[in-house]
Amino acid sequence: MSETTLGGIAGRMPKFLRRADPAVVTAFACIVVLLLLGSLYSRSFLSPEYLLQQLKVASFLGVIATGMMLVILLGQIDLSVPWSVATGAMMACAAAAYGSVGVALAIPFGVLCGVAIGLVNGIGVAYLRIPSMIITLATNAVAQGLMVVYTGGFSPQDSATAAMRYLATGFTIPGVPNAVIIWALIGAAMVFVLTRTSFGRAVYGIGNRERAAYLSGIDTRRIVLIAFAVSGGLSAFGGVLLAGYASKAAQSMGDAYLLPSIAAVVLGGTSILGGRGSYLGTVAGVILITLLQSILSVMQMPEAGRQIIYGAVIVSMLLLYGRAPASR
Amino acid sequence: MDGAAPLFRMEGISKRYGGVRALEKADLTVAAGGIHAILGENGAGKSTLIKIMAGVVAPDEGTMTLDGREVSFASPAAANQSGIVCIFQELSLIPELSVADNIVISDPPKRFGMIDRKAQRRIAEEALARAGASDIHPCALVKDLPLSRRQMVEIAKALARKPRILILDEATSALTAADVAKVFEVLKRLRSEGLALLYISHRMNEIAELADHCTVFRNGRNVASYPAGSKSDNEVVELMIGREYSHIFPPKPGPTAAATTVLEARNLSWADRLDNISLSVRAGEVVGLGGLDGQGQRELLLAFFGVLRGLSGEILIDGKPVSIASPTAASHGRIGMALIPEDRKTEGLMLPMTVRENLSFAALDRLSKGGIIDRAAEQRLIDDMVGLLAIKTAGLDIPVGALSGGNQQKVVIAKWLMRQPRIILLNDPTRGIDVGTKQELYQLMRKLADAGAAILFYSTDYDELIGCCDRVLVLYDGAVKRELVGAEITEHALIASALNIHGEGAGPRQGAGA
Amino acid sequence: MKDWRYWLAEQRGTLLAFGIFIVMFAIYSANHPAGFTANVVQTAANKGVLLAFVAMAQTLVVITAGIDLSVGMIFTLTNCMASWLVIGTGLETAFGVLAVLGTGLLCGAVNGAIVIYGRLQPIVATIATGAVFFGLALLLRPVPGGSVNEDLADFLTGRFFGVVPASLVALLVIVLVVWVPFSRSELGRAAYAAGSSETAAYMSGVPIRRGKFLAYTLAGLLAAIGGLFLTFFTYTGEAAYASGNAYTLFSIAAVVLGGVSLFGGKGSAIGAIFGALAFRTIGDLLFVFDFDPLWQPLFQGVILLIAVSLGAFALFRVRNRLEWFL
Repeated sequence: MSETTLGGIAGRMPKFLRRADPAVVTAFACIVVLLLLGSLYSRSFLSPEYLLQQLKVASFLGVIATGMMLVILLGQIDLSVPWSVATGAMMACAAAAYGSVGVALAIPFGVLCGVAIGLVNGIGVAYLRIPSMIITLATNAVAQGLMVVYTGGFSPQDSATAAMRYLATGFTIPGVPNAVIIWALIGAAMVFVLTRTSFGRAVYGIGNRERAAYLSGIDTRRIVLIAFAVSGGLSAFGGVLLAGYASKAAQSMGDAYLLPSIAAVVLGGTSILGGRGSYLGTVAGVILITLLQSILSVMQMPEAGRQIIYGAVIVSMLLLYGRAPASR
Repeated sequence: MDGAAPLFRMEGISKRYGGVRALEKADLTVAAGGIHAILGENGAGKSTLIKIMAGVVAPDEGTMTLDGREVSFASPAAANQSGIVCIFQELSLIPELSVADNIVISDPPKRFGMIDRKAQRRIAEEALARAGASDIHPCALVKDLPLSRRQMVEIAKALARKPRILILDEATSALTAADVAKVFEVLKRLRSEGLALLYISHRMNEIAELADHCTVFRNGRNVASYPAGSKSDNEVVELMIGREYSHIFPPKPGPTAAATTVLEARNLSWADRLDNISLSVRAGEVVGLGGLDGQGQRELLLAFFGVLRGLSGEILIDGKPVSIASPTAASHGRIGMALIPEDRKTEGLMLPMTVRENLSFAALDRLSKGGIIDRAAEQRLIDDMVGLLAIKTAGLDIPVGALSGGNQQKVVIAKWLMRQPRIILLNDPTRGIDVGTKQELYQLMRKLADAGAAILFYSTDYDELIGCCDRVLVLYDGAVKRELVGAEITEHALIASALNIHGEGAGPRQGAGA
Repeated sequence: MKDWRYWLAEQRGTLLAFGIFIVMFAIYSANHPAGFTANVVQTAANKGVLLAFVAMAQTLVVITAGIDLSVGMIFTLTNCMASWLVIGTGLETAFGVLAVLGTGLLCGAVNGAIVIYGRLQPIVATIATGAVFFGLALLLRPVPGGSVNEDLADFLTGRFFGVVPASLVALLVIVLVVWVPFSRSELGRAAYAAGSSETAAYMSGVPIRRGKFLAYTLAGLLAAIGGLFLTFFTYTGEAAYASGNAYTLFSIAAVVLGGVSLFGGKGSAIGAIFGALAFRTIGDLLFVFDFDPLWQPLFQGVILLIAVSLGAFALFRVRNRLEWFL
């Protein structure tokens, strides 16, 4: 080891190397491979329209995965995503039924419901020290129970507001779907928070060693609480967008987002044990998963085959580069 | 060593971790029926050497022979089968299992393919008795035992494997004095039974009492091998550090009369660990906490730092009572306290994070405006700290886990100095650190005190307390038994009061107030 | 301390789960319109045993400090498989049962291999393999259907001597044949040791990998036994995503109620069985009190939330805040 007492500038260089995380590089390489494979099947895979359409579909997952990533960086997990998504969507649509005030407040109300779920998760994890896997499963079940009681067990009849539809399907900049812009904004905010703020540093610190973070004078419980609230809010916001996309909410609309959001984060090189990972990787993971889903549906694979291939591909990609280091 | 054929021999052993050379063509010869001490600074290669002997890691090159036959071990289990058993520094006990389960863990007695619990119990009781720890119940869960008892279980576990070569790596570091005495008896008996013992310790007096033969390691090589007692302590230390060993401790400036009391405790009690403790620390003063390990010193520091709940009594800062509910409260605002914790690897640092991130972690609130980190200010302060403490690192953006133990500890201290604390609590900061870094830390501590910091310093090493402290409070069973000031701080006084013996007519001066 | 105290301390979680179950079941049968009859017990047992098997499966993995989010899907897959294979003559049926159990073992072994030898995190790995198992189930049963050897089914879901529910006896047999030998074997102890402290276990020369692998594999087997029993109760196979997920979720709840530590190394399948029975009974309380079934999911969710929060009360006894962070 070349040990040198450090001056100021010498520390800059390895940062560049750190950016080129092998996992992120591999994830992007997999995206290219998927696109090439797809283009063998159909020419339209490389067309700008198709790619933009994929990016739009990816942005719903992207928003949800952003919250998931924050929680995973803490070394926790949020399994309440399915019904946070559905609750956000249903409550936003429900608010829309209450006149013009309801329409105006539909989106914030939906997001707030998700934040509420996240707060329960956060209190459970941070203040009651319940393992996140358990408390989030429980709040997921409670949220489901509440929605079942509210809707009577059927998909609600309320439909999405115009604003929700505009956010999910409209265009503010010609050619670029609004959903993509929203994801880009949320992503940029996340990158800033993770790299430039003391909150972001604390998140990484807690993910690596909560005990040390606590003893360093960090209010770790507050950080964890906020992270879960953000995750719940982003899941619900994802639900709001999805409701806008489909014009209404549905009972099990969130089920399809749990595995993909976790997989996207982990495929992007974020350690499921916390403390390590970059948002760029999550972006790659989200796009990768979306492309995979798209290719399977374009090939008109039946649901059974889709599930099998989907699970198998995720396992094999993780085996390719998501492995823990060998012990010896 | 006399003419008898050696039991075990290592020749030309090398091992690298990544680019780092841990061992370079090291040799070692171990004879049966003797206690062989291995000495060396941290990072000298001792740990790697015994890990190779015990089958935990594989050597890159070199040969090992046992009874004249070449051997290699694929796993700790393989080494155990050949009769080489190691008691590791990091405990290898499984917390959720019982003492008996742990003692027989590698080779439980079986009947009809299932573990025979009766036989297991019998083996465990025998082993505990052999280790002189019959007070430990074989059914107790390891996680419920205090550290010193666990270490005794660890020794019993090693004995239950019927070793031919027993390696003890800092095996007494967590033991009480009474236990150390028992362990020594056991080790001497084992020697007379013809076992070969390898003994690794930083405590020179232990080595003087036990060892028959010594080997010194430096920079991954064995630099000297000699019969015990043939060299003076000073010569040995010189061999270890490869340079003159003098003036370890900086001079003490003598009593400062006018300084104000910064930190004060009145009748502090907590659970059954702290008993009515009163003390005060003035600005510019280094106050030591002495006594046997586990007498409430750690708890006292944690109590000041806001970690303990249900504390009774008062803590005063600058003479005003305060209530400190968390490390955040302790370190922020006008209190300005810092705690260098017990275990740097789990409490002081986030090992996979970079040196930079670790250094600024405790001072994030000072380095940021509106939650956004001012990176220029961060860089400035970090440069200051790296310079001040002479932290040796290949860069600020490498994981702090890649640094040597001593430099890691410097990072822990530096990260707190970035807050410019007025009160510094140190919990055995030199444990497992090489002699050179220790010296630097002593200098630093005095420098900080001279700059006006109030320092409360717990150490398990009596020499440090004698060399560094203006006053020493000796704790016994959670209470302050004696206060030693200035020239009163002698090894004899420290040990006598640590054992709660009232020697030389000097009665304990209770509740050392300001 | 006396030996029995240590034993008591070790079994505290299990005994607590047993206590909760007894209280819940007393309330349940006292308020049941038919009262405490063999019929009521049989129905309750049949429902409870399904979850008990899945909870046992979950326990084995949780002991190693892992988690198996695919147990519900193995349960579903083997249900679909049994609805094809466990039919016909005695020999054919026996062969079918073996094939179903073998599939369970294989699923568990795949999980184990991926987690242990592939070194993937159990959460992610088993969510993904769960998707594969569900896909396979869907392949077997795109629509609900199939049938089962009804003689065998009726025998195993009926009563012995008119009183003892056969499914409970089956559960007991499985405990004796699978759990007891596992927990007392060297590999079983290795699973506990690995869950409690993997480094210490490695240092002690414990066969960690084989122990964990066995735990995952047997978990697959136990989930398959659950799937088999589901087929005996329903006479059909159905690839129901929601039901598979619910079983995974409930298995974790049962494990927690049963005093098994999710951090690994502590707890027993017996505790998890009582946890499962208690959880089922609590869910069924709603029916005896005549609530709208629409409220059941919410009720179960709230029970789950309360159950997991109860464990947190130990927190208020913690006087050293560092103990919050393990």
